[in-house]
Amino acid sequence: MLFFVLRRLLLIIPILIGLTLLLFVIARLLPGDPVGLAAGPNATPELIAQLKRQFNLDQPLPIQYWTYLTGLLHGDWGMSVFTRRPVFEDILTYLPATLELVIAAFLIAVLAGIPLGLLTAVYRNGILDYLMRSVALGGIAMPRFFLGLLLQIAFAAWLDILPLSGRYPLIETPPDTVTGFYTIDALIAGDWYAFQIALAHLALPAIAMALSPLATIMRMMRAATIEVLQQDYVMTERALGLSSRLILFKYVLKNAMTSTLTVIGLYVSWLLGGTVLVETVFDWPGLGLYATQAILTQDFMPVIGVTLVIAIIYLLTMLIIDLLYGVFNPKVRYA
Amino acid sequence: MTTEVPVAHLKRNQSARLENWSRAFYRFRQSWLSMIGLALVVVLILIAAFAPFIVPHPEQVQGATNTAARFQPPSADAWFGTNALGQDMFSLVVAGSQVSLFSGLSVVVIAVVVGTAVGAVAGYFGGWIDEILMRLTDLLLTIPSLILAMAVAAALGAGVLNMIIAISLTWWPVYARLVRGEVIGKKEEQFIVAARALGANWLRILCRHILPNIVSPIVIKASLDVGFAILTVASLGFVGIGVKPPTPEWGTLLSGARSYMPGYWWTAVAPGMAIFIAVLAFNLLGDGLRDVLDPKARR
Amino acid sequence: MALLEIRNLNLSMKSYEGETQILHGIDLKIERGEIWGMVGETGSGKSLTGLSISQLIPTPPGRYLAGSIEFEGRDLLKTTEREMRALRGRHIGMIFQDPTTNLNPVFRVGTQLVDVALHAGNADPTVLGLGAGASRRTLRQAAREKAVEMLDKVGIPKASERIDDYPHQFSGGMRQRVLIALAMIGKPDLLIADEPTTALDVSVQAQILRLIYDLVTERSIGVLLITHNLGVVAQICSHVAVMFRGRILESGTVADVLKRPSHAYTQALLNSVPTTHTRRGELKGLGGLSPESLA
Repeated sequence: MLFFVLRRLLLIIPILIGLTLLLFVIARLLPGDPVGLAAGPNATPELIAQLKRQFNLDQPLPIQYWTYLTGLLHGDWGMSVFTRRPVFEDILTYLPATLELVIAAFLIAVLAGIPLGLLTAVYRNGILDYLMRSVALGGIAMPRFFLGLLLQIAFAAWLDILPLSGRYPLIETPPDTVTGFYTIDALIAGDWYAFQIALAHLALPAIAMALSPLATIMRMMRAATIEVLQQDYVMTERALGLSSRLILFKYVLKNAMTSTLTVIGLYVSWLLGGTVLVETVFDWPGLGLYATQAILTQDFMPVIGVTLVIAIIYLLTMLIIDLLYGVFNPKVRYA
Repeated sequence: MTTEVPVAHLKRNQSARLENWSRAFYRFRQSWLSMIGLALVVVLILIAAFAPFIVPHPEQVQGATNTAARFQPPSADAWFGTNALGQDMFSLVVAGSQVSLFSGLSVVVIAVVVGTAVGAVAGYFGGWIDEILMRLTDLLLTIPSLILAMAVAAALGAGVLNMIIAISLTWWPVYARLVRGEVIGKKEEQFIVAARALGANWLRILCRHILPNIVSPIVIKASLDVGFAILTVASLGFVGIGVKPPTPEWGTLLSGARSYMPGYWWTAVAPGMAIFIAVLAFNLLGDGLRDVLDPKARR
Repeated sequence: MALLEIRNLNLSMKSYEGETQILHGIDLKIERGEIWGMVGETGSGKSLTGLSISQLIPTPPGRYLAGSIEFEGRDLLKTTEREMRALRGRHIGMIFQDPTTNLNPVFRVGTQLVDVALHAGNADPTVLGLGAGASRRTLRQAAREKAVEMLDKVGIPKASERIDDYPHQFSGGMRQRVLIALAMIGKPDLLIADEPTTALDVSVQAQILRLIYDLVTERSIGVLLITHNLGVVAQICSHVAVMFRGRILESGTVADVLKRPSHAYTQALLNSVPTTHTRRGELKGLGGLSPESLA
């Protein structure tokens, strides 16, 4: 099994190299003039030439690519024409915020979706089932950004129980950075008050992100559970006197997880790539906003950088999910 | 002398495939949610098609303003109220349906065509063609689709067509994978071997024999995807990429309305609900089609 | 008091076409130590009788019109689900037909064994060889030891290692042994075996039957062995009941019923079993008989 993990980890490298090549080619093929935009409307040809030199844009393409590739390995991910800062630094600044949001949304979706799926399968056609199926239908169709807006109106404006936007109030100082996740850092520092504030700010954006995956996970879990409940071995477990609770939450749960894992895997890309929609609504300073700003100013390096980071996270997550398949179904293990 | 022998005739001169489809539609009718989806989709398409004739204020759709009537709440005159420029939200939203629906459907159609072509060729020929095409497909799948779509759309410039191209670019890989898998599955079946023995070339085999047999999963996925394509179009609009004002688009309308929350809620709720209902309608329709066409989903 | 006494059991099932009566006036009495075979064709109601004893038939589609099922004097038709659960696995053990689909494929064999043993042990620690008031951990340890012991007893070599294997790592015969272990680990008083050897090779069948026989005679357990195979009945059963379309046509000791059948159907069943004297083309089927014609 160790071989499998190592092989997959090693495979990530050529994939990333291929990715950088593809992204580089796409970036250079597309029309656009970042230097012109950065230099401004009153730019002189000398300024433009100087900027071009500064950002290596005067070299032939293959050399640009090679410089970039070797730079990547040294932590030099290029410069952002817009922020005038190294892309690597920018990413390090914005990544924790996005990760905190994505992980929170993921946890909500999984921790609520799986049990609800189980229960609605057992109590089929009951009130809970109809309610949840309606929520599921609506949840998948609801755009994240609209939901975020509605949540803001409802909970921040009308009810005033949760903050409107941002990660932390501007007048206060966030907890000391250990992980970059305000919630975790607050816990590490033992600061309960800070934890509550960070959590309150995290709540609405996380829910806005979580509803769609929650709905799909719940539906998939329900379908899988219904199928499992019809299996012979469940009858045997009942015939041998095991309690319904034990059968459901220990045995049936594990049997039904495999299909749900697939659905979870499909949402990873959706979650990672779409944070900008929620970050915009809640002024959440994350990678999504950074990348979008770079896109709007035709700034290639940050876009490539962000895409690479997301790709790495995506590939690692897929590896974990593939391993989890083995946990839930011994027949596919890599012994 | 010959006697007349009674011969049995088919009541309806229907091919087996057509009968399959009509039976499938009968099953489809059983689910009222699916019928609602179908009805909504038809209504939406009609609205989008005849939008220029239905809107009460076509001039405002083109960009005319009416600052005297800013921020009117929903009333008998303006069903969805008016926005910051005094424009009738109902007109804007209805007009916006043209962009959203047309774009969404186009994206899926292009993705299906391109993806099927790539996947079919890769699956049928195998070997290094398959390797190269699938490596490319996998790479594209590793890139987060929204970011790629945004980047390409922004670089190509504003406009509906550019946006459709950009989103389609990120959408076709999934179809390529799907079709490749199906083609590989069908490739070794007896009737294909027979066709090859009869001298059919690869194009004929693919188009005439294999593709008609793998229509089901493609149709199912496509119908479920239209809703999400519309969502992606709106997402791009929300972020400010794609269509430029005054062309109304649900995402851009929603984005513009953000500054006026929560007081003038109708400026956001109208386009937001439009997106929601459109996506819901196509999802219900897609679910219904899947329940009827997917042999694995028979309950 | 008989171990199990079924009196005038009548069961009907509601389906799309309406309500049909499946079991008509079933009478059966099983004493300790008796191995009852229940034979009949597919669809005669044998399995449903077995499931009825364990109350595993869902009562929305199913409905008991009359009769009683008394287990050690207690009418099971009147028990709650909770009370039934206490009996299942502990006093009543069940084995089903197909060893491939009856074991949960994603759990180790030991997990399922331990859970059943714990279920029995929680009610009655003596099953695990412990006294009252034992701690959770001791119960668990004892359950695991019992599980290994049981696997060994049913003839699985290297039981202490194989207990952590998954079902797909066992052969068909081995899996059936595991199912038998699951049924017996709670030290039941009554064993219901629904076609335990039907899915196995003939050579393995004999071994499994032998195993069942040894296990039940060791503790004088009452057994209801449901099968369509008269050969199985002849091999290990002491008594037999012949079922046809939801009715018991005749019952009694194996010697009585098989040597001197009093019912034409039983005779027909016996005649249809090919012997070494049967010539090619001479197989005798039963055709479509109705209960009325066999009165």
